[in-house]
Amino acid sequence: MEEKLRLMLKAAQQAIANAQDLEEINQVRIHYLGKKGELTRILRGMGALAADERRNYGQLANKIREEIEEALEKQTNVFKNKEKQERLAAEKIDVTLPGNVFYLGHLHPITTILNQIEDIFLGLGFSIAEGPEVELDYYNFEALNIPAGHPARELQDTFFITPNILLRTHTSPVQVRTMEVTTPNIPVKIIAPGKVYRRDDDATHTPMFHQVEGLAIDRQITFADLKGTLQLFAAETFGADIRTRFRPSFFPFTEPSAEVDISCVMCAGQGCRVCSQTGWLEILGCGMVHPRVLEMSGYSSEEVTGFAFGLGVERIAMLKYGIDDMRLLFENDLRFLAQF
Amino acid sequence: MRVSWQWLKEYVDIPVGPEELAEKLTLTGLSLAGMHYMGKEIERVVTGKIQKIDAHPKADKLVICLVDTGQETLRQIVTGAPNVKEGQVVPVALEGARLAGGMVIKPAKFRGVVSQGMLCSGSELGLTTDIIPVDQAHGILVFPPDTLPGQEVKTMLGLDDCLIELEVTPNRGDCLSMLGVAREVAAIFKQPLRLQIPEVKPQPNEVKEYVQVEIEDVALCSRYVARLFKQVKIAPSPLWIQNRLRAGGVRPINNIVDLTNYVMLELGQPLHAFDYDRLKEGKIVVRKAREGEELVSLDGVTRTLNPDRLVIADAKEPVALAGVMGGHNTEVTPKTTTVLLESACFHPQTIRRTSQVLNLRSESSNRFEKGVDVEGCTLAAHRTAQLLQDIQAGEVVDGIIDQYPKPFTPRTILLKTDRVNFLLGVKIPTEEEEEILSRLNFQVQRQPNETSGQAPYLIVKVPSYRPDIEREIDLVEEIARLYGYNQIPVSLPFGAATKGKRVDGQEISAKIKEVLISCGLNEVVTFSFINPAVFDRFGLPPESPYRNTIKLQNPLRIDTAALRTTLLPGLVEVIQRNFNRRVTNGAIFEIGRVFYPDSIDGAGFQSALPEERMMLSAAGTGQTLNSWHQPAIAIDFYYFKGVLETLLTALGLAKISFEATGKEPGFHPGRTAQVMVNGNQVGLIGELHPDVLENYDLPVPVVTFSVDLTRLTSLPGKSKTYTPLPHFPGVNRDIAVVLPKDIPAAEVCFLIEKTGGNLLRNVRLFDVYQGEQIKKGYRSLAFTLVFQADDRTLTDNEVSVSMEAITAVLKEKLGAELRSS
Repeated sequence: MEEKLRLMLKAAQQAIANAQDLEEINQVRIHYLGKKGELTRILRGMGALAADERRNYGQLANKIREEIEEALEKQTNVFKNKEKQERLAAEKIDVTLPGNVFYLGHLHPITTILNQIEDIFLGLGFSIAEGPEVELDYYNFEALNIPAGHPARELQDTFFITPNILLRTHTSPVQVRTMEVTTPNIPVKIIAPGKVYRRDDDATHTPMFHQVEGLAIDRQITFADLKGTLQLFAAETFGADIRTRFRPSFFPFTEPSAEVDISCVMCAGQGCRVCSQTGWLEILGCGMVHPRVLEMSGYSSEEVTGFAFGLGVERIAMLKYGIDDMRLLFENDLRFLAQF
Repeated sequence: MRVSWQWLKEYVDIPVGPEELAEKLTLTGLSLAGMHYMGKEIERVVTGKIQKIDAHPKADKLVICLVDTGQETLRQIVTGAPNVKEGQVVPVALEGARLAGGMVIKPAKFRGVVSQGMLCSGSELGLTTDIIPVDQAHGILVFPPDTLPGQEVKTMLGLDDCLIELEVTPNRGDCLSMLGVAREVAAIFKQPLRLQIPEVKPQPNEVKEYVQVEIEDVALCSRYVARLFKQVKIAPSPLWIQNRLRAGGVRPINNIVDLTNYVMLELGQPLHAFDYDRLKEGKIVVRKAREGEELVSLDGVTRTLNPDRLVIADAKEPVALAGVMGGHNTEVTPKTTTVLLESACFHPQTIRRTSQVLNLRSESSNRFEKGVDVEGCTLAAHRTAQLLQDIQAGEVVDGIIDQYPKPFTPRTILLKTDRVNFLLGVKIPTEEEEEILSRLNFQVQRQPNETSGQAPYLIVKVPSYRPDIEREIDLVEEIARLYGYNQIPVSLPFGAATKGKRVDGQEISAKIKEVLISCGLNEVVTFSFINPAVFDRFGLPPESPYRNTIKLQNPLRIDTAALRTTLLPGLVEVIQRNFNRRVTNGAIFEIGRVFYPDSIDGAGFQSALPEERMMLSAAGTGQTLNSWHQPAIAIDFYYFKGVLETLLTALGLAKISFEATGKEPGFHPGRTAQVMVNGNQVGLIGELHPDVLENYDLPVPVVTFSVDLTRLTSLPGKSKTYTPLPHFPGVNRDIAVVLPKDIPAAEVCFLIEKTGGNLLRNVRLFDVYQGEQIKKGYRSLAFTLVFQADDRTLTDNEVSVSMEAITAVLKEKLGAELRSS
């Protein structure tokens, strides 16, 4: 009996070792351990044995069953593992094939620049103001100390709608509109981004373009504050290495007035075609709010002071992105827009 | 303003070179616009006298000149220039010479004859037709006959000079002269100014016997000075005067005209020379023109005048447009023998208006517009007389006429010295403020402040040539610019903290842009102008409100004739431009203002402004690109509808619906819908009408939508509140119904939702089918319905009851049959 069991174990181990795949393992299991399998058949013959012998053989048979099961399990795992490896190998993909495309559109570069400018000044506590693009002569000129007949009107070739209504030539009217509402409260800190219009059309001028106006009014705003604010703006916009210089200039609505140059972004101030060999690029005009403008808007020029500035958004965009023709910005070629 | 470095140095010692000078001027308010070393390239060009001209044996168009260049032997030079004559003195480029533009002259043979150099034209020496006569620029330049041969031409023509071009701001008319710039330079470098003031000995006033001057309109002409020159011999000016005029950008004409221009460039005072003999009764009247009077100006144009024009007249008729241009009738000609010189001061605005209205700009009007020094009129007249004598162009009649009804009184301004420091954020000592102002020729007097411990006042007297200095702040600027803007420290505003805020419309615009960008649309920016012809291209009827535009009085071209009432034409043009450049797939949008002329009647004076509405429009064509793993998706109506639904949902708007409309001009009658939010129309979505596409030469469909953001932002949004997550599972059921195909899907959906009651949580249309198994004129719509209850797991039976009710209603109301599978 014992002999039979041991032979069977041997045969089973042999069969497991010979099995080629999971299917054969399964057949081995059925052949030795199944309901009609070898082991059952051998155990059936135990009925004739004495009770204690039966117990001994029973224990032995269980041990042998465990051994076979263990061997089966082990071999099954080997095959399963092998099968998994094969499946994984078969599932291999070309990871260099392109992924799904999620089409993202692009903001227009002017919007991107405007957002950056707005964020800088929002961070400095400036709020954003707006005003009409079709403007009264009063706000565009008169209240900015540019009365009829003033030579400065000539510098800004104006589109007229009626003798008294025009397309604003700068965002400065928003200064006046803001002050009219805020007077006599202080502080006032706003920037006014928007479209402006001039009768001009060439590689560096388009009849419509964008400006950002800035205005700060308080009890003790100084020219030094103006310099500090704009220097910070330049550094945030063009990088910390950028140098600025302030040149005396003339605007009827500011005094003292200045134009601000930055060191050329193309040649780092060495002199190149873009900066006409000067090493400097003009980026904006600014100054202390003219006392007459403060007075016309209802503020006392003895009690408050202020600064104002106006910058051209296209100019900044062109310098930042190296765009050499302003008209590209308004052609809206999708291949151009996709670069921003 | 073109400034000659050599000329400038006559008035002031400059301790630096031209580059550094330009930099200093730039940083004190006269910005450098360009620098030009005139004869930089020119070498080995000398004067030569043509002794003899022989014909070329083999060429009709060439001649052989024998030229004396100051050396022992004559030089043989072949030229093709037609204007050479024996006895002329001309520029000769010797072997190895370099000309303007860098050309090097080598010995050469012309059809067998050796040429030992070249005769030069003006343009070969860098002189262009704006500063020399055309025949001298293109033909050989000719020197005065008494010029010695063998001299350096570069020196002779004043080409060893540097031109500094300065931008003069409109407030600094005083800097439109050598004197004005020299004053600035003197102030910057703390150098004294050298100005030759002509000595005027007391003279009998003989001139009064010849000339009578009368100013009718004192407000428009504050001073009129006249001098008389007789025995005048009209001839070319000496070279040195011509050279200086050229440096200043003025073309020499004859000695008299050149003198007036020379003194204008030097002192900034525009002058005019009349042919005295042609002035009737020797009379000058400064008056407004009479209605309909005519004057032929020096440019040969007949000008019809009216009382808005200030003129100089003689006893009978106008002889000049005051301060702008002289008249043909009294022009100085080669026959002129007596000259009346005008040195006057006219009101800036009247000159500006005249030159603007007549579109006549001159060196003279440019200076009068910006204001000339009323105190300088006599100096300019005397200076001209002195130069006339110096160059022996005529005799000066003793005496001067000076009509000066209201002599100038200098302006006095009180300057608080601490105000300067307060405004600039600096600490400039009072002494330095005084010193700076004195350098600029302000008379300064210090006055202690009554309040003890307070900074003193300065009483400042403004020179006559600085009318731009009107009040304290102007003096602050003068001190600041000479102190140096770049010496002023930097700081940030100090005061109450403020919170930076965007306006509401901007927040929404930003959100819209974010959503549309993520949907694959590109933002564009187009001009706010519209060409009214596009309304025809869009097939809009005459009564269309879009045609009611705001017109510009002075458009650049037809495409800037009016302001847009819709963004769509601009977008379609962008699509068209891209299509023509073979960019045929894409979707774009723009947010911008449109303009409605509500309150402008166009004709009269109106103070109210038009309505500006914020609009969003989008346009798309083609498809998204397919790839190996992704199908292409058409950019069509449903693509855009999806974008719009995504957008409106993202904006928190409720009850979005689309209502078919077949009557919108410019749109496909079967593919257009009104966009409704909460029952209000906020926009339109649709494909463009094929006729419109044809008008734009677009062979492909274009889909668009537009949303009125001004209206949209006035609608209440959905406020966000939390709904608890479901505790019990939902049940999904599909239903497919067959019904006539013109029943809108939205109607079917609406009935399902209504009948399903509150257990029906979601209805999703997942298939639309028309085809073989469906009878003609019908289609199958398949929906997935989700049922759910908050308090229990639904039984099969409950859901089935609901489904049967839905089926029954669809059948009863719409004639829908369940689709058998």
